[in-house]
Amino acid sequence: MTTLTYLIPVALFLGALGLGGFLWALKSGQYEDLDGAAERILIDLEDKSGD
Amino acid sequence: MSCCAPGAEMALDLGSSASTLPSSQEIRLASRSLGDNLRQTDLSVPTVHCAACIQTIETALGKLGNVEGSRVNLSTKRVAIRWRGDEVPPFVAALGRLGYEAHLFEADADRRDRTLAELIRAVAVAGFAAGNIMLLSVSVWSGAEGATRDLFHWVSALIAIPALAFAGGIFFRSAWNALRHGRMNMDVPIAVGVSLAYAMSLYETINHGEHAYFDASVSLLFFLLVGRTLDHVMRERARTAVKGLSQLASRGAMVVRGDGARDYLPVGEIEPGMRLLIAAGERIPVDGKIIQGASDLDCSLASGESTPKNVGPGEAVQAGVLNITGPLTIEATAAARDSFLAEMVRLMEAAEGGRAHYRRIADRVSALYAPVVHLTAFLTFLGWVAATGDWHRAMTIAIAVLIITCPCALGLAVPIVQVVAARRLFENGIMVRDGSAMERLATIDTAVFDKTGTLTLGQPRLVNAPSVNPDMLALAADLATHSRHPFSKAIAGFATLGGRFKFEAVTEHPGFGIEATAAGSTWRLGRRGWAGWKARTGGEGKHGYGGTVLTKNGMIVASFIFDDVLRADATPAIDRLHDAGVSVEMLSGDTAAACADVAKVLGVEDFVPCLLPSGKVERIETLAKDGHRVLMVGDGLNDTPALSAAHVSIAPATAADIGRNAADFVFLRESLMAVPLALDVSRQAGRLIRQNIVIAIVYNAVAVPIAILGHVTPLIAAIAMSASSLLVIGNALRLRSSQPFSTAKDVRRNRVSNFNNLVRSS
Repeated sequence: MTTLTYLIPVALFLGALGLGGFLWALKSGQYEDLDGAAERILIDLEDKSGD
Repeated sequence: MSCCAPGAEMALDLGSSASTLPSSQEIRLASRSLGDNLRQTDLSVPTVHCAACIQTIETALGKLGNVEGSRVNLSTKRVAIRWRGDEVPPFVAALGRLGYEAHLFEADADRRDRTLAELIRAVAVAGFAAGNIMLLSVSVWSGAEGATRDLFHWVSALIAIPALAFAGGIFFRSAWNALRHGRMNMDVPIAVGVSLAYAMSLYETINHGEHAYFDASVSLLFFLLVGRTLDHVMRERARTAVKGLSQLASRGAMVVRGDGARDYLPVGEIEPGMRLLIAAGERIPVDGKIIQGASDLDCSLASGESTPKNVGPGEAVQAGVLNITGPLTIEATAAARDSFLAEMVRLMEAAEGGRAHYRRIADRVSALYAPVVHLTAFLTFLGWVAATGDWHRAMTIAIAVLIITCPCALGLAVPIVQVVAARRLFENGIMVRDGSAMERLATIDTAVFDKTGTLTLGQPRLVNAPSVNPDMLALAADLATHSRHPFSKAIAGFATLGGRFKFEAVTEHPGFGIEATAAGSTWRLGRRGWAGWKARTGGEGKHGYGGTVLTKNGMIVASFIFDDVLRADATPAIDRLHDAGVSVEMLSGDTAAACADVAKVLGVEDFVPCLLPSGKVERIETLAKDGHRVLMVGDGLNDTPALSAAHVSIAPATAADIGRNAADFVFLRESLMAVPLALDVSRQAGRLIRQNIVIAIVYNAVAVPIAILGHVTPLIAAIAMSASSLLVIGNALRLRSSQPFSTAKDVRRNRVSNFNNLVRSS
């Protein structure tokens, strides 16, 4: 029983972390262009590395 | 150049459209300001395909002056360009040089899709809550007791609150809306079931009870939201694809002021009396009268006439027609709101046919379903109170009945099938506006087609090529490449690679033809009376299209006969509709003779020629009064009122903008087989929907007696609900595998692979 008092909050916290991560990714537009993101890794950036 | 085969994968293989590049003033008008002198323009680029395309486009656009940055979105096939300054950078031309056709996007189309974002957030929250509550519930079912069980219940209740508030809000709002207007929809029993289940579980938890239904109420929301989100994504995708097509109406026009100054004004600000410059290749924005210039007008989109019309000063022109060969100055006689286009919109709104009264299958079922379920639960409650006198027990069992009958399967049964069907149509280049369109299409018994631009392509084709002297044909073809008149384009199709003849001083005489000199002779290609000025058989030929000749120094050396080309697969498509038990009719604004020819070739028995737009609407309304469900297929401005008067409507991608927006389906490929395919898929979807509803009802018939007798525990509810949902999803997926059109599909596959081989070998 005592283990549950910290295990459940830990489990919920980790789950909430995942949920928060997803919502953040959604908000920052990372799901706007899934096909493009998959292709863009093939592009070599020559001069502008920080972009 | 692009590395890839444009259109081999995506549906937008339209071929090049007849419209010209948007002018820089038009681009400016359609761009939106980001503040700080920065503007953004969105272009739809249907042929972007891979990483190389992205890089080519972004690099090339970045090199243009004043361009701040550009970003390609491969999923929506769009490029957003940020630029500053007064001068619009020539990005459309730059894209054109790279081999990418670009269309201007609606300025307001970039608004982020808020509904989708809300739905996805709701799915995420509901999924998180459902997963965690299910974990706790499994522990309870495995034997957690006493204080542990209470703790688990309390934690579940806490997790369920945000899920209900956030994810459930969508259903509560929709249910409230329906109830307020005295209607019933699927969301009413969902909202009632979910909130009662939560309330009862909370009561149980407070009283250290054994059974709590937190998991049922939240996972129900999760399942339903997944279905709803998929539905929305599918519709949004179709909408974006249709919006990305080239805009055929002009956004503005060049106005010449009294003092000679020129202004580019939006169409809405053009007043009667203003003088407008219409370049060759532009559409006429408002009704007007020609003051200066001569040209040919393509009226096919506006009136359905297939032959281009010669015009000169003094003649009236209608908004929406395409000016083909020469520049015109016109005086506006009506503002945009009083023009032909606006008239069509008014007719369209007036003619809102049967679809306004159409009720979705899901709504009709739930109107019957919800009262039955709620009555059953109420009677169960009364029965248990009468039998045992135990209020608490009676309440628990009644709510268990509500939960087990909550239309989880029913709520998924319809949207899932429609999502799968829409996906199948999408893969075949057909966009569906919404699920109700498919339901309506499945019920039709009459199909009405427009002629020009729908059954035919609205473009002339040279029919006597074999009988023309090959040398003369090649010469005419080389000459014809200098003009964009539809007849010239048809002849230019026979040009040999590279061009064999050297012409000097090529001039186009709008309304007459092209003149050029080569090796000391004067060649003319155009109207018989003008080109063959020495010929004795002067005057126009007797055929509608027979007046075009090639002359050398005024002597006729070849004459050309044209005919409108039938759309690809028009005959098999009509045959298939006949096979499907649909009677076919043709309505056209064109002449009786032109209609009779097409009708004969296609085997269409009924046709009505020379119709005004209102005539088409009347014909459809007459059919509807006789009890027919009418499908209208058309592309022109003059078809638009008929499109919205019909029970359901289909338009090709080449249709006028308002027509495309009014139609329930838009097909992007040239083949008319899209029409029977859409009908077939819709009918299959209708069958599967009915099957799914039967499955859901059978499930209820089994589960409800068990619930009424009080044997349902949360575990049984969870299993029963998930099982029935999986069953209807599985049934819906059967639509994917069935292939009624294997032959057409194989042909297309061969064509695509031939094309790929061609690309690889070159």
